[in-house]
Order: sequence, then C-alpha cells, then structure tokens
Amino acid sequence: MATELMRVDHLDKYYGDWQALHNINFSIHEGEVIALVGPSGSGKSTLIRTLNGLEPYQKGTITFEGKKVTPDKVSWQKLRQEIGMVFQSYDLFPNLTVMGNILLGPTKVQKRDEGEVKAEAQKLLERFELADQADAYPRQLSGGQKQRIAIIRALVMHPKLMLFDEVTASLDPEMVRGVLNIMQELAKKDHMTMIIVTHELTFAAKVADQVLFLEDGRLRETTSAKQFFTNPQTDRAKEFLASMDY
Amino acid sequence: MAHSGINVLFAGHNFARLMGGLWTSVWIAALSILFGGILGILFGFLRTRSNRLVKLIFRLYLEFFRIVPTVVLLFLVYYILPRQFNVNWPGTWMAVLAFTLWVAAEYSDIVRGALESVPKHQIEAGEALGLNDRQLFWYVSLPQAFQLALPGTINLATRVIKTTSLLMLISVMDVINIGQQIIEANNNEHPTTVFWVYGLIFILYFIVDYPLSWWERRLRKNSKEVK
Repeated sequence: MATELMRVDHLDKYYGDWQALHNINFSIHEGEVIALVGPSGSGKSTLIRTLNGLEPYQKGTITFEGKKVTPDKVSWQKLRQEIGMVFQSYDLFPNLTVMGNILLGPTKVQKRDEGEVKAEAQKLLERFELADQADAYPRQLSGGQKQRIAIIRALVMHPKLMLFDEVTASLDPEMVRGVLNIMQELAKKDHMTMIIVTHELTFAAKVADQVLFLEDGRLRETTSAKQFFTNPQTDRAKEFLASMDY
Repeated sequence: MAHSGINVLFAGHNFARLMGGLWTSVWIAALSILFGGILGILFGFLRTRSNRLVKLIFRLYLEFFRIVPTVVLLFLVYYILPRQFNVNWPGTWMAVLAFTLWVAAEYSDIVRGALESVPKHQIEAGEALGLNDRQLFWYVSLPQAFQLALPGTINLATRVIKTTSLLMLISVMDVINIGQQIIEANNNEHPTTVFWVYGLIFILYFIVDYPLSWWERRLRKNSKEVK
C-alpha cells in the first residue's frame, strides 16, 4: 500500500454565515488520482482551493505527509512548493515570457540554479510540444498552449501533489484533448499524485482511481472510479451522471 | 507694418528669453513630476495596505488637492510659507513644492487604482507558486500595475506641463510671463505682437506636450488590443 500523502478530516468551511463545505473527509495516497466531480456550485473549486491554502477553513484538519498543516500564511507558502496548482484561467504572468513564467517559482522561491532549471524547463517544453515557445509572451499563445505552460510552471517546482481546478473549462473544444492527454500522461507515466476538478467525465473515468462526488458542499460518495461510473450508490450521483449525458 | 509683430520675436534677446522661460516651465514641471511621482507611489502603496486611519488621512489629502484649484495652492504656498513659517525660497521652488504636493495626491490615486486592478487570479497564481508577500508585490503586482498606471501617468504629466502656465501668477519667469513682458514692451509700436508671441507659446507648449499625449493614446490602444 502506497503511503498516504494528504488527508482531510472533518473539514468545514463558511463564507460568513453560509456553510460552503460540510464535514469533508478523504485521503489521497502517493501516485493516486482523485477526480472531484459534482454539479456546478457544489463546492468543488472551494474544496480544491482549501487544499493549498487559497481558501481558509474554519474547522477540521488537513494533514500533509503525516504532518498536520498549521493554517497560517507562512506554512502555506512553504507547502505550496510541494502542492502545485493549475487554474481554469491559466493565469500566466503577462509581463513575463514563457520561460520567465516557468523560472519564477524555482529561482525565486526555491532559490535553485537558473541554468539547471532552464535546462529542465526546456525538456518539459519539448515534451509537451512547446519547444519553440520559450521566448513568446502569453498573449501570443492559444489557450491550450497557455494551459500546458501553466502545467509546466507547476511541474518544474517538483510538487508531490498537483491540483487541477477545471483546467479545460475555458478552452476551445479542439484544445481540450491536448491538455487532457498531458494530464493522463502525468498520471500513467509519471505516477503523479493528482486531484482533478473536472466536468470531463469520460476523462475522469479513464484516469481517476477514486471519485469524490460533491453536492451542496457535502461528499455524497467516495468510491473507486470504476464503481462510481458503472454502479453509483446514491440516487443523486445517478441523476448527476444521467444529466451529464455520460 | 501688419507683419512687423513677427520681427519682435527675434529682436534683441527676445527669442532666447522666451526659450529660457520655456526651460523654466519645463524643469519645474519635470521636478514636480519626479518628486510628486515618488511620493505618489509611496502614498498609493500605503493606501492599498495600511489601516483605516492611514487610508483616511491619505484620502483626505487627495480630496483636498483635487478640490482646491491649483492657483489657490500656488498662492497658499507663495504667501503663507514666507509669512507664517519664515520660509524664503525663490518662487520657482515654491512652485515645485506646490506642484509636487498636487502631483503626489493625484498620482497616489493612479497608483492605488493600478495596484488594486491587478486581477485577483494573478495574485493567486503567484501564491500557488509559493511566493511570499514581498515577492508577490515585486514580481506580480508591481510590473502589472506599472502597465496599468502608465497611460494615467503620462496624462498627469501633460496636465502638469500645461498647468505651469499659472506660474506667472506667483511671479515666476516662465514662458508666459516673459511673453507677457515682451508684449507689453512692444504693444504700442507693434499691435500684432500679441498674436505672434502667444502663437509661438502655443506652438512651444504643443511641441512639449504633444509627444506625451501621442504616447498615451498609443498605449491605450495597445492595451485594448492585448485584451
């Protein structure tokens, strides 16, 4: 059995008086891929954002590599070097080139040698078919290219866990495939530990080991992907799968 | 005799004096923009972070300088500082002081607006890389705020240059004041002098200001294309 990388216990989150997440419990092991699915507004993004400290939570604990996370600014700043995140809107820094975007974290946060990181970045760019784009600015790139670069920007930090928050949701349909392929490759070849918020259920069925089905801020179902897609346990999950035309 | 007024421009040292006056206007504007810009960046930065009281003080400061006409500011500095505080600087430095305070107020608002307009997503993307607050400011907020503030900065600079035309009111020998002297000395003999002198001043201000406003317009157009 692989070691447990992150575990979430009894997590509650409020926005003012409104409770966004209710008693969330789950854990993820090294090399495992979790798909976080559910209707819009169910709290998927909120949950994945709490996992690297972008959203505060009011109750419960997050444990990373066996250590309970102290939810303050400095601890999260440190932890984020281990937990990469990719967003729906790519959010490359427009004033930096592709290479500048990729180098920022490793050289400024991790204080690694620029030459060494550059060589690694170049390899990743080649691997993801972006070798010619190192000196381009984000505005010169397509959405799919930007998202692949955002993934490289996170990977080059050598994270132990990658979080993907609806990374294909704002892409043109013909760009989606390329990004999904990269994620699949990361899962199968690199055995990267990943949590993926997605509406692409076919993709989720292909890469995920575990599915968390979230609705109204509650985890309705935590099962193996196989079970979830062939034989969902709750009526809500059945309705959801039917509504998604899966 | 109808076109004799133009000769006045080149009689004696008149042209050199006008250019000297223009130089006075330009360096007063340049120093005010420089000092006011530095103060404005500081004030604008403080207004994005500090506590409510500090914010309120800077806000009042901004409103005061925005509401009070620049002429009044010039007079306040010119008359009150020497009398009440025994500060006896030359009028040119009084002008730099008044303009600096005005530019700092207006610029703090441009800087604050620009810093606050950097999209939240961008900050989060930086946070997700593990950047600390200082690094976020330096590598994410500041470069993007700079882009956002640039058109407003240039616009303010052109306004400062134009407003130097008020300097004659506190007896600074700027280009308008010198022009006025030349007109008064020659008006009886050459009644058309006034057109030539102010015509030249019009062109001089245009030459100084137009490149700036052209640059600003180009930047605004480019930023629209990027989006």
